[in-house]
Amino acid sequence: MTGTSELRLDGNAIGGLLLEVFGAEVTAAPCVCGSCGAREEMARLDVYIGAGIVVRCRHCEGVMLRIVQGHGQTWLDLSGAASLQLGPP
Amino acid sequence: MIVSRGFRGKRRDGPSDRVPPGQYLTDDFPVLSAGPTPHTPLEEWTFTIHGVDEPKGWTWDEFQALPRETVTVDIHCVTRWSKLDTVWEGVSVDTLLDEVGYDSPYALAFCDGGYTTNLPVEDLTGGKAWVAYSYGGEPLDPEHGGPARLLVPHLYFWKSAKWVRGLTLRDEDEPGFWETNGYHLRGDPWLEQRYWGD
Amino acid sequence: MRTLELDVPDWPGHRAGQHLDVRLTAEDGYQAERSYSIASPPGDGVALTVERLDDGEVSPYLVDEAREGDRVEVRGPIGGYFVWDGDEPEPVLLVGGGSGVVPLAAMARQRARVGSTAPMKLLLSSRTIEDVIYREELDALAGGGFEVVHTLTRSQPPGWTGYSRRIDRGLLAEVAWPASERPRVYVCGSTRFVDAAADGLLQVGYDARWIRTERFGATG
Repeated sequence: MTGTSELRLDGNAIGGLLLEVFGAEVTAAPCVCGSCGAREEMARLDVYIGAGIVVRCRHCEGVMLRIVQGHGQTWLDLSGAASLQLGPP
Repeated sequence: MIVSRGFRGKRRDGPSDRVPPGQYLTDDFPVLSAGPTPHTPLEEWTFTIHGVDEPKGWTWDEFQALPRETVTVDIHCVTRWSKLDTVWEGVSVDTLLDEVGYDSPYALAFCDGGYTTNLPVEDLTGGKAWVAYSYGGEPLDPEHGGPARLLVPHLYFWKSAKWVRGLTLRDEDEPGFWETNGYHLRGDPWLEQRYWGD
Repeated sequence: MRTLELDVPDWPGHRAGQHLDVRLTAEDGYQAERSYSIASPPGDGVALTVERLDDGEVSPYLVDEAREGDRVEVRGPIGGYFVWDGDEPEPVLLVGGGSGVVPLAAMARQRARVGSTAPMKLLLSSRTIEDVIYREELDALAGGGFEVVHTLTRSQPPGWTGYSRRIDRGLLAEVAWPASERPRVYVCGSTRFVDAAADGLLQVGYDARWIRTERFGATG
């Protein structure tokens, strides 16, 4: 039986989804947690696949992004992230 | 749409009176999660009903002493898998609400880890919902929501909140964790109420 | 295991370490999607190495059924973090578990392709010698500053003198570049594998910022 640690992936796992949503490569984008202020690249954040996708801060486990896709729509909640830094490295 | 010749996938279709539209049968029990698995020790665990004149709580031992039921139900996940004839044991939400006076029409289930989900009280009563602590004859595994989860099989399974710790009764419907982000407020699989606007 | 070569119209090129999302659609519209690391280095087409999981949704199709001329939808290339281009000068440590070797092998192939002189070491954990993916090719690439170290965790062939346990601090202390070299590290595999390897590297004095990780899910 899969242990629960195996349910946790990282931002690489949603790279394709984010590429589609943002129209840009986002896995290397620095993100600042709105709960604790920690700054990490998207690829280093904790990703959980549930009914939707939850991206959490690896330091405080606070929710940073929530993503639901259905009927051709994407619901994206960034309210737990203070900022994302997008652009060429 | 590009069709990949010969691809079928693992899914099975099932009898249409038991498998809601857009769903497929699975023999697995997929584990989906919105966050890390909490590990509340049983001696600290409580289940509490708030939003009533006199909030009522039970410790684990008190909860175990309540009348229990074993039920066999079909469950349906919004991610399209359905599992038939799952066997659970727990306490009916009717039993819990019978111990408090209330007249609120809505409830918000709250859980260890911060997950919430909203339901009309009508969907929690009349023998339709349980707080379940056993699955398949065994204590409920933490990755499936143990020590106890809400079980509301007539709605999509995101309403069957894992690691549930109580209900807050409310006069207004307050959308929970997924309902604030695209998932339907009610979630009836037979009406395919998956997303906002369905 | 099976390595598939894809012909992708208007392929923009890719970087070693990147992956693709592959989507399959059945006749009745049912869809399933999985991510696969690109095994080929840049300039060498688009190759995916797929491990067949018995109860997988997509991998049994790709390994058993897919044939020349069949079509799938792809999205990518994806990844701007877990990439190595070959112009970075510092020593590289690649740590892979099982199919986690795929993007790391792309990096090793890239090193050979561009003639990089950055010292590179691949520490590969597999269950048995027969499970080692790309075994002959990795052996052939060895030399010229590229070294492969195996650990076989379930069973070893007769006469095996190599490592025979899961990666731990002691093993890393013997294999990994000294922290004073400030190496660049890529760790890939299951979440449990990656977390254990990354923790082990911190214990031998590596800075968390040097370590790039990619976690694979359990579903196929």
